[in-house]
Amino acid sequence: MCTVCGCGEGEVRLEGGVDGAANQAVHETHEHEHTHADGTVHRHAHGPAHALAYKPGAHTHSHRHADGSTHSHEHESAIGGDLDYGTGPAGAHAPGMSQSRMVQIEQDILSKNNGFALANRRCFDERGIFALNLVSSPGSGKTTLLVKTIERLKSKLTISVVEGDQQTSNDAERIRATGVAALQINTGKGCHLDGHMVGQAMERMNPAEESLFLIENVGNLVCPAAFDLGEHHKVAILSVTEGEDKPLKYPDMFRAADVMLLNKCDLLPYLEFDADLAEANALRVNPRLTIFRVSASSGEGLSAWLAWIEAGLAGQRGKRAETVEGLKRRVQELERRLAHQLDHQSENKPAGQ
Amino acid sequence: MHEMSLAESVLQLVEETAIREKAQRVKLVVLEIGRLSSVEPEAMRFCFEAVTRDSIAQGASLEIVVTPGLGWCMPCGAEVEMAESYGACPRCGSYQIQPTSGLEMRVREIEIE
Repeated sequence: MCTVCGCGEGEVRLEGGVDGAANQAVHETHEHEHTHADGTVHRHAHGPAHALAYKPGAHTHSHRHADGSTHSHEHESAIGGDLDYGTGPAGAHAPGMSQSRMVQIEQDILSKNNGFALANRRCFDERGIFALNLVSSPGSGKTTLLVKTIERLKSKLTISVVEGDQQTSNDAERIRATGVAALQINTGKGCHLDGHMVGQAMERMNPAEESLFLIENVGNLVCPAAFDLGEHHKVAILSVTEGEDKPLKYPDMFRAADVMLLNKCDLLPYLEFDADLAEANALRVNPRLTIFRVSASSGEGLSAWLAWIEAGLAGQRGKRAETVEGLKRRVQELERRLAHQLDHQSENKPAGQ
Repeated sequence: MHEMSLAESVLQLVEETAIREKAQRVKLVVLEIGRLSSVEPEAMRFCFEAVTRDSIAQGASLEIVVTPGLGWCMPCGAEVEMAESYGACPRCGSYQIQPTSGLEMRVREIEIE
């Protein structure tokens, strides 16, 4: 899974391929354009298969279109012609006719990430942990809000925090100053945390059973929306120093979130920010959104948010207790049946054996 | 620019399949990208070319099949076409639409040899 977004640095991709084939491809691939009977112009690339064309330059080939139809056509000796070796037995590369073939994959692009996220969620649930993924644009006050949240809750709950930023461990240090465990993940050029990173963070931190696990994502209202980390809820933070239309401009994030915190509300008297309009916009993209108006610096509105967290954690504890109770009952039932069977066997054994 | 990490995920799926099928190389990758998904096809093309460099899929063509956006409009009680994520219903103007199609981001198939 991606850890470095924006470049393939440190990720040499040769392990997946045959070295020779990969190197050859450099010299043999080419792209060309041709016109169809109906006048549409179509551009597509070819790989080294063309190098096998028996006549240098001129060749026939077929390829598949977006709509699934297959199309065969000829080329005159032109583009890339001089790259043909002229040694191959076949002039065409229609799937099924040569060694080339289509393989169905039909998998979600995010399936890897989702797999990691699922494992994380299972782990959270088994341990009765309540996990939140805090997302917002940079500067909305996420870290301050986290610090205040932790200060109010740390006497009642065990809390661990994962901090995602491109660089520096400033945020993790701010969290550690409150006395709770924090781990910084630097994503380098990456624009979001992913399920794999959070899984590794969990392994390192080994969060306590029935605790609160807070993930502060990279400040970015776009990319983190698509990546499930295994959290129970995404919490989007919008501050009143931003625009009321942000939920409309970045709908993916507000749609992915279950909770929105409208932060810096203590500044409302000094701004031309229409809080009702901001809420209405957020509800337009996501009618199920739970909204809290808060101010991390003045503390106003925080108690409702804290109560929501405590209720969520209580829910996780309850579920776990049910699971544990359920398992205990199941074990008892199995033990009872086993004992019964053993009794039965010993009764049936003929005497003297 | 999360297309870069999506492109890396595409490459992972492609590489796994290519290795399993004992392919020498990948010639074509077909993706299915919904119109309402968070992927920009042009950005995906750019990133795909970058991440496949020096891989088994180097030089492979990328075909992106864009699937239409559909949603269930609650006030209309009907399926309607959606041009953009979270847009209004073209029939009644309501925003109470649940997307039903067009959120896909899938690797459909690859051509290998």
